[in-house]
Amino acid sequence: MSKVIKILGTGCPKCQSMTGVVSEVVSENNIEATIEKVEDIMEIMKYNVMTTPALVIDDVITIKGRVPSKDEVLNLLN
Amino acid sequence: MFDWLQHFSDWLIYSVFEIGAQTHLGVALNFFVYDTIKILILLFVIVFLMGIVNTYFPIERLKEYLNKNKLYGLEYFFSSIFGAITPFCSCSSVPLFIGFVQGGIPLGVTFSFLITSPLVNEVAVAMFLGMFGIKATLIYAVSGILLGTLGGWILGKFNLEPLLSDWVKKILESKMQQAEYEEKKLTFYERLPEITQGAWDIVKGVLLYVIIGIAIGAAMHGYVPENFFNKYLGSGEWWTVPLAVIIAVPMYANAAGIVPVIQVFVAKGVPLGTAIAFMMATVGLSIPEATLLKKVMSLKLIAIFFGVVTIAIIISGFLFNSIL
Repeated sequence: MSKVIKILGTGCPKCQSMTGVVSEVVSENNIEATIEKVEDIMEIMKYNVMTTPALVIDDVITIKGRVPSKDEVLNLLN
Repeated sequence: MFDWLQHFSDWLIYSVFEIGAQTHLGVALNFFVYDTIKILILLFVIVFLMGIVNTYFPIERLKEYLNKNKLYGLEYFFSSIFGAITPFCSCSSVPLFIGFVQGGIPLGVTFSFLITSPLVNEVAVAMFLGMFGIKATLIYAVSGILLGTLGGWILGKFNLEPLLSDWVKKILESKMQQAEYEEKKLTFYERLPEITQGAWDIVKGVLLYVIIGIAIGAAMHGYVPENFFNKYLGSGEWWTVPLAVIIAVPMYANAAGIVPVIQVFVAKGVPLGTAIAFMMATVGLSIPEATLLKKVMSLKLIAIFFGVVTIAIIISGFLFNSIL
């Protein structure tokens, strides 16, 4: 089943590094997933997060306000 | 504490490069080497310590604390302190603002947070500590927190809710459901690598500004004559404070770049109070911040917000100059 990954962030450097980490993990491990960057503040606020970047996997917020390590993302995706 | 570093800089410039201690170039280079290394060490240590503090006080917990406890007016003060200890990122200010207001925290208390968050941030504190020493840093941090407290309290007296953007008002009315949130609690040791990494990232991010700022500072230090600024704006003319603040508000200088330059201004005769006020206006208020806030507030509200904070900074500038 393909996972839907969303990265919430208004485009700050941390949000970009989170996107980098997540897409590397997905491609290196051949995980079936779509990655979507959500940059619109109104969309972001629907998830009720106060600190960006936030990582949303299948509509569940898993990380907010920090850049995770590759291992952590891999764990969350498995 | 940094004696060893001064010895190192003396040795490097005067002995290794053999540039005389009496030449402008020698003095400037020595200043540059010493300050750059000192600032980078302080910056890393402070950002690292703040990272540890933040593991124990995540923003959600602070919000809940403000929401659940009756604080009898002290909520402005606490909100301001929370603003100081939370790492500042301009791109987070809008989500934070909405999160606070949506969580039922009054607009004035939210403003206290919003004022102090950029004003007293880890980079500014580290730079101040490195360039001006502990006393000036304490004055800066304490007055920044008080300024946020008072500013928020004053803004809370106005009826400002109607001035929020329409979609923010809708969010407030709908009181939408808390999204599902699962994050396993990490222990301190599990988070340590990440805190270290975060501190490195911040140091790397400001490195260039530190170097440019200190280079300009070092050049001015060696070449601008003593008491140069006294002639023009240092002699404590009353209008220099408002002038410095008004010039600084639209400026968006990185704290890392601006402090070394301000330090030279002070060394050459500008009163410390004027310099602190200038610094506050530079980091506390800026055009990019206004642009971000435009998404959640009407222009009128932004103007009121900036106006109140600007006046508060000018008044603090006068206070510093009369006390210090």
